[in-house]
Amino acid sequence: MNTQAVKVIYKYEMLRAWNTILQSFASPVISTILYFVVFGSAIGSRIESVEGISYGAFIVPGLIMLALLTQSVSNASFGIYFPRFTGTMYETLSAPISFIEIVLGYVGAAATKSFIIGLIILVTAGFFVELKIAHPIWMLSFLILTCISFSLLGFIIGLWAESFEQLQLIPLLVITPLVFLGGSFYTIDMLPPAWQTVSLFNPVVYLVSGFRWSFYEVSDVSVELSLLMVLLFSVICLSIVWWMFKTGYRLKR
Amino acid sequence: MSSIISVSNLSKVYDGGFRALNDISLDIKSGEILALLGPNGAGKTTLISVICGIVNASAGSVTVDGYDIVKDYRITRSMIGLVPQELTLSMFVSVWDTICFSRGLFGKKPNPLYLEQLLKDLSLWDKKDNDILTLSGGMKRRVLIAKALSHEPSILFLDEPTAGVDVELRKDMWVLVEKLRQTGVTIILTTHYIEEAEEIADRVGVINEGELIVVDDKEALKHKLGKRQMMIELEQTIESIPESLWTWSLELSGNGSRLTYTYDSYSEHTGIAELLRAVDKSGLLLKDVNTSQSSLEDIFIGLVKVNNEGSA
Repeated sequence: MNTQAVKVIYKYEMLRAWNTILQSFASPVISTILYFVVFGSAIGSRIESVEGISYGAFIVPGLIMLALLTQSVSNASFGIYFPRFTGTMYETLSAPISFIEIVLGYVGAAATKSFIIGLIILVTAGFFVELKIAHPIWMLSFLILTCISFSLLGFIIGLWAESFEQLQLIPLLVITPLVFLGGSFYTIDMLPPAWQTVSLFNPVVYLVSGFRWSFYEVSDVSVELSLLMVLLFSVICLSIVWWMFKTGYRLKR
Repeated sequence: MSSIISVSNLSKVYDGGFRALNDISLDIKSGEILALLGPNGAGKTTLISVICGIVNASAGSVTVDGYDIVKDYRITRSMIGLVPQELTLSMFVSVWDTICFSRGLFGKKPNPLYLEQLLKDLSLWDKKDNDILTLSGGMKRRVLIAKALSHEPSILFLDEPTAGVDVELRKDMWVLVEKLRQTGVTIILTTHYIEEAEEIADRVGVINEGELIVVDDKEALKHKLGKRQMMIELEQTIESIPESLWTWSLELSGNGSRLTYTYDSYSEHTGIAELLRAVDKSGLLLKDVNTSQSSLEDIFIGLVKVNNEGSA
């Protein structure tokens, strides 16, 4: 195991986030605060409680997931796309380093950044609504697993993309709609029956549901199923990354 | 000297069908400096890229110190340093951070003393805290070399290291290459500059259209393929070569005032003395006599020309 390589990639990526601290940490936090102000206070004050929870508190897990998913994808995709774009990827490809070590370095750093953002948003939410975390260990587990799985997805996008436009394409056209339609701001039983069935094909539903359960013990699907889906998603993403490195897809000519 | 790199029947066909390498076999000796010459698109960079693991081969195999570059990639890659052709660097990091990154990437523990000496050798020490963005093109080229040497490789690939650099830096680079050779590092460089190969290489390989046309010791190559010419300047102009001089296959040029005799300077019998006597006997008056030796450049151009004509 080339631990030195993992260490330097991780450190380098974290340093990049630190150098762009406003963009990396402040920006997602400000966006989330705006969501709290608009949905939690302005609109939320006119909405009755959901499942016995005030609307402001109800959307906290969904908002954290929204930030986590978009940040994980964006951090990881940019992290690996940038060396490809500048041509410095030659160094990683010519180094004695396996795909899993590259993943550990890049995805580990992207997931760490998202995790920090998630925690900051959680603390910030505490200033707006009364928070209750029924299962802290489950909450942390979902937080970490989500950061890892969606950082893996971002890593795939970063390896696949051949332009900055393509880099933005999947997050804009796929991730954001999935998150908004994944029960971040509602429970899926509020939807018409047909749309409830459609929602079950949205992996974000399982993430938000499991994560919300860890806070308020209310969920759209069972927590075991949520966990299983997150793990399955991670395994699928990891397999795709493995295939990309094995074949050199868009990495080696 | 034993082989440190063995390339066997290596071929590379890119998506789209372009054959960049065609059945190349080559042994690179430990501790030597091998210069790979060839026109643009000849396959030099592809060959290097395959050996370093950046490009997948379509056929054939490569071993480094007896280890297969695919199966034993950790061992082979840790022995190799690569200086790419393009100035591919992360612009917003300092010189020091980027070489520490490179060293770590190759699995080496931090060694500030070694890296300090390396930067001093490359006249980069006073720039160690500068962002790469602020450096000149020549300095960036030095940073690439520092990155390639940061993990103390025993084999160094220099892909056109002096392309676009000034004369001073080029000479510095040659000195550095010589110093590295003295420490036992095997150096493979690609270049467009024939004088560079002539100056620093032990052996020269010529690649054209994906094929290795020739690889040999620099001197042996000049010996084998180099020609010497004697130019006889005449006092008068003549319209044709006298019949008595036809034996020497002379060329008439300079508006009829110059006879050129091409011969093998290494052969036992050059025929120069007989020719001069015959010229005198034929009544032609000598004004001057010059000789010239074909350079590597003449040999390179000749080889590529013959190869292109053969494949046309």
